[in-house]
Amino acid sequence: MLVVEKNALSEEIESYVEKYGNDRSALLMILHEIQKKHRHISEFAQQEVARLLNIHPVEVYSVISFFAFLNSNPKGRNLVRICQTISCDMKGKKQVVQAIERELGIKIGETTKDNKFTVEYANCLGLCDMGPAMAINDQVYVNLTPEKAVELLSKVK
Amino acid sequence: MEDKKSLRAPVSQKPHVVPKPEHPEYLGGSITVEINEKKLTVPFGTTILEACKQAQIHIPTLCHHEDLCVAGVCRVCVVEVEGMRTLQASCAFPITAPIKIKTTTNAVRKARKHIIDLLISEHYGECYSCFRNNNCELQSLAKEYGVDHYNFGHVTQPRYEVDNSSYSVVRDMDKCVLCKRCVRTCIDLQEVGVLEAIDRGHNTHIGTFFDKPLAEVICINCGQCINRCPTGALRANDPRDEIWAAIDDPTKHVVIQTAPSPRAAIGEEFGQGAGKSFTGELNTALRRIGFDKVFDTNFTADLTIIEEGTELILRLYKALVKKEIVALPQFTSCSPGWVKYLEHFYPEYIDNLSSAKSPQQMFGALIKTFYAQKAGIDPANIVSVALMPCSAKKFECNRPEMNSSGYKDVDYGLTTRELAQMIKEAGIFLPEMPQSHFDDPFGEASGAGLIFGATGGVMEAALRSVIEFVTGKRVEDVYANADITPVRGFEGIRYAEIPITEVGPVPKLLQHLVPDWNWLKGATLKIAVCHGTANAKKVMEDIKAGGKFSECHFIEFMACPGGCLGGGGQPIPTNEEIRKKRAEAIYNEDKSLPVRKSHENRHVTELYDMFLTDGPCGHISHKLLHTHYVKRGKFIA
Amino acid sequence: MQNHLEVKLGKKTDRKGPVIFSEYKRGEAIKKALSMSREDILFELKDSKLKGRGGAGFPTSTKWMLTAAAKAEKKFIICNADEGEPGTFKDRVLLMEYPELVFDGMVVGGYTIGAQLGIVYLRGEYEYLLKPLEDYLEEMRKDNLLGKNILGKEGFDFDIEIVLGSGAYVCGEETALIESLEGHRGEPRNRPPYPINTGFLGRPTSVNNIETLAAVSHIVVKGGKWFAKFGTDKSSGSKLFSVSGDCEKPGVYELPWGTKISELLEIVGAKNAKAVQIGGASGHCIPKSQFDRTLAYEDVPTGGSVMIFNENRDMLHVLKNFMEFFVDESCGQCTPCRIGNVKLLEGVEMIEKGQYTFAHINKLKELGRTMQLASKCGLGQSSPNPFISILENFKDEIFNRGNGGRNGR
Ligand SMILES: Cc1cc2nc3c(=O)[nH]c(=O)nc-3n(C[C@H](O)[C@H](O)[C@H](O)COP(=O)(O)O)c2cc1C
Ligand code: SF4
Ligand code: SF4
Ligand code: SF4
Ligand code: SF4
Ligand code: FES
Ligand code: FES
Repeated sequence: MLVVEKNALSEEIESYVEKYGNDRSALLMILHEIQKKHRHISEFAQQEVARLLNIHPVEVYSVISFFAFLNSNPKGRNLVRICQTISCDMKGKKQVVQAIERELGIKIGETTKDNKFTVEYANCLGLCDMGPAMAINDQVYVNLTPEKAVELLSKVK
Repeated sequence: MEDKKSLRAPVSQKPHVVPKPEHPEYLGGSITVEINEKKLTVPFGTTILEACKQAQIHIPTLCHHEDLCVAGVCRVCVVEVEGMRTLQASCAFPITAPIKIKTTTNAVRKARKHIIDLLISEHYGECYSCFRNNNCELQSLAKEYGVDHYNFGHVTQPRYEVDNSSYSVVRDMDKCVLCKRCVRTCIDLQEVGVLEAIDRGHNTHIGTFFDKPLAEVICINCGQCINRCPTGALRANDPRDEIWAAIDDPTKHVVIQTAPSPRAAIGEEFGQGAGKSFTGELNTALRRIGFDKVFDTNFTADLTIIEEGTELILRLYKALVKKEIVALPQFTSCSPGWVKYLEHFYPEYIDNLSSAKSPQQMFGALIKTFYAQKAGIDPANIVSVALMPCSAKKFECNRPEMNSSGYKDVDYGLTTRELAQMIKEAGIFLPEMPQSHFDDPFGEASGAGLIFGATGGVMEAALRSVIEFVTGKRVEDVYANADITPVRGFEGIRYAEIPITEVGPVPKLLQHLVPDWNWLKGATLKIAVCHGTANAKKVMEDIKAGGKFSECHFIEFMACPGGCLGGGGQPIPTNEEIRKKRAEAIYNEDKSLPVRKSHENRHVTELYDMFLTDGPCGHISHKLLHTHYVKRGKFIA
Repeated sequence: MQNHLEVKLGKKTDRKGPVIFSEYKRGEAIKKALSMSREDILFELKDSKLKGRGGAGFPTSTKWMLTAAAKAEKKFIICNADEGEPGTFKDRVLLMEYPELVFDGMVVGGYTIGAQLGIVYLRGEYEYLLKPLEDYLEEMRKDNLLGKNILGKEGFDFDIEIVLGSGAYVCGEETALIESLEGHRGEPRNRPPYPINTGFLGRPTSVNNIETLAAVSHIVVKGGKWFAKFGTDKSSGSKLFSVSGDCEKPGVYELPWGTKISELLEIVGAKNAKAVQIGGASGHCIPKSQFDRTLAYEDVPTGGSVMIFNENRDMLHVLKNFMEFFVDESCGQCTPCRIGNVKLLEGVEMIEKGQYTFAHINKLKELGRTMQLASKCGLGQSSPNPFISILENFKDEIFNRGNGGRNGR
């Protein structure tokens, strides 16, 4: 990482700390912001957060590893999460997943070579009456069919 | 409700601290509970586990540890509380009402057995190839509950790689039961913060920042996590094989120095209760095993006192008389865990560390110079082993700067546990050995060197000398029996002031350094002692904030709770009671010795006459007995 | 139905229900509450016999009374919007369509227990609601429904913050929720202490479900007695049900407690159901033979999830899906749940492959019983429920699978 990048990241994290406070209870929201902007929370970022909140880096890492939506290693530019829980499962999640896997040429859990998509399973998204459901980044899509799912992916930049 | 013991741990790992009543005998201060139909009155807020202990009812535990805050995660300690739908973890349940407890019901027994079965089903490791064989809490539980087959299958593949990157601590997470004692030790008791639970659910494991090898993160090698691990998941990096090989190699001259704390604890490894020293027996055993010479680390502890005490006097002289800017307070530097802690967390204070090496390293340097010369042995053929209570000593002897003899000053740091193992391998039952003395030219040391093993010991040893140097009076006339009690005890941080009302002549040893003591007349020596790095942190933060500790002149820091006697290489288990007994053993041995002050150790004065001829803190001593430190900082690359 | 969820907050007109979906004007409850004393509000709640809608069914009046009685400078009220139970989405609907009920309920709660701050713990999956909800809160501030001296009531300052969760079902458990709010792993705490005296940052804290808070708003306006008119003696009021699975009209329904399962199935157009999972993955599986049981605390209690399975569904597959969920979502701190769920899932896989013995399956059921008793929190205490109830109620189907076992798949 370049020094300039490091400095920019430090400044960014400092601004979150300014916004949410330097108490440990601000941790979750600070991590959210970093995750949202960078799609992952890097080693350096985690140490900066630890420094500013006056906790140990391993504690930050531990919290990140606990939560399914926070990650320490980079993922694709767009994150596709498909609900795997029973109501969506019964409405044809499997077909949707197969279509997506075929379209992108990867298996669930993987990232496309061009780094455009990472596809993952998620547990119930709270859209069970409109299953199968999936989320692309922070937008959700419901009543999917294999065709619809593929079409939606094609619209993503 | 704040748990006093821990501010760092999440509340999920804190007990419900109900303020203990001041007068348990008053109305409402105590509660009568029924345990298995037996009535018992306990103070409000007592945990069920404590109450059962009082009633002499055995409850199995695994994640509970007396030194640590409560976790309540293993669930083997569950009991039935009448009226509650689920079983309750007795270690985490404070009694605040007159409840009825049952500890042996069918549901309780079944639950405990199930939990043990589950843990074992995931446990990859075989007892006969494990250093905790016969001293493992999981193994004992399995025995207690009559496990005779794998009820829920058994893993056949390891899930994790063994991490033996560190000089001090080896982590084998396939033997981990996720009791989190190590986490609570490292984050809460020691406040170093290396280990945490990583991932969740079935993938949960104990790991470091980004799951890096231990050697790459900020571990201070204190080994306190090892001492509290119930299983063989954590162990020290064991040099036994290399040492046996050296012993068996006729071209090698293998010498060992033994520190006082292992001698006060090694009996525990042979089924002897804590609190008895086996110094003489150990000397014999070591010779029988094949060590060519057995030396007493206390000798260099005495030397450390002279060097470190002189350094302190010089710093004070410069500050008070020459008005130079010097780093004060001076910090002790004999605990390598503490030194590394400071290098990481307070690198701006490394100048405050005494440049005097630890006794282990001083000895190392002397063995391959002074002793080699005297005995006419090529230092290249000397293998120097140090019996230490400490896992950080293994790291210390591998520090690149520790080669002032021209060789690696100390080849191996060996812990109490490992040596006990070697003695057993040789078929020797230590307590039955005849006693024998240490070898010359270092001979017996003083009681001052001996008490280094207990928290406050370095300070007391230093004071015994400094007081006599400066006042010209005998310590015994100031403190009865030369027991400087204000610095003794197990209080985490202790502070004392010693007024210097009169001064005497400057002793010969120091005459080339200071002309007289008049500049100290009427001054008050302010000192402090602390043990456990969590306490060290408090003191350092106070110094940073300019509090009362910043006005101290000399502070003793020990990384381990209790000092060296509670070191990371000592016999397992450890708890406050055991540590107190070990301290008693050390202080009793001190009492029994004819010489109890470092400067009265004849061998030390001889060494200055013959070898370190330009005196304490002179050139030769600087080359061999002093060192420097590294500003490490906190960043993990 | 449209693809992209409409995330602007706004009512759907077709919702009907006697209590929660009855007439309500924004701010009504706050205005009314501020004209009452705290005790009066607690009395109304007591009269309403309202029980928490998050699943545990603890009387809300008692929870608030204890939190109100706890002595502390600072107190908190937390709205549990972590709705993670499979098959539940009624809280999302409430937030999207009736935020006034939820937030007004929080303000009333803050007033009653003496809290200065309310925190909404919104599950990460609902991130798309964050912005609209924050806008909504801003409007409330403008109208002095939040902020200082609310509606002119001297000394009553109260505000609401939203914190996003990050994909952990267990954080719906109130003490895990508080842990994660404090910046720790979402691991449930030892209880006691309970949040009512040692909650967020060690202060007295009331954690309430969204639906509970919505009910409070109505109760304050219309009275506890009015609320208690609905439902049964032990289960007062009405309940929102999130219905999904094999039926014609999945969605959120408000029905009074005491409704029979068969009546509910009728309403949602479930023609050939053979089983319903009530209460989500951690709930119970009710077979057809028991469809005349009633939805109520005294018979089949539930947090509101209703998943319907028709004749063609493979119940072992359903069970496997549930067990995978728990293996995924266990926090992993305590032994019975961390390892036990894996063993139960392995058991299901053994049955799937036909490589099991009944002795082993019975052993696993016993293990399930231990998990219910010895786990540290509600997750591990309830995760064996589907294992036990599905294997029990669908023995014939599951153990006579043979080759035809994969029916319908
Ligand atoms: C594993 C687990 C998950 C839970 N998830 C939720 C949830 O998503 N939403 C909720 O309101 N309560 C949930 N609860 C229940 C809460 O712990 C708590 O009882 C509830 O928020 C209290 O609110 P109430 O009294 O209004 O019901 C969960 C409990 C457990 C054990
Ligand atoms: S850790 Fe204990 S149970 Fe495991 S192999 Fe070692 S002695 Fe046996
Ligand atoms: S040796 Fe000490 S610092 Fe290192 S992990 Fe163990 S307890 Fe922490
Ligand atoms: S390494 Fe040892 S102390 Fe740490 S959690 Fe595992 S078993 Fe417990
Ligand atoms: S029961 Fe499961 S979720 Fe609850 S504390 Fe134990 S491991 Fe965590
Ligand atoms: S089951 Fe897919 S959203 Fe709930
Ligand atoms: S000893 Fe009580 S839960 Fe582990």
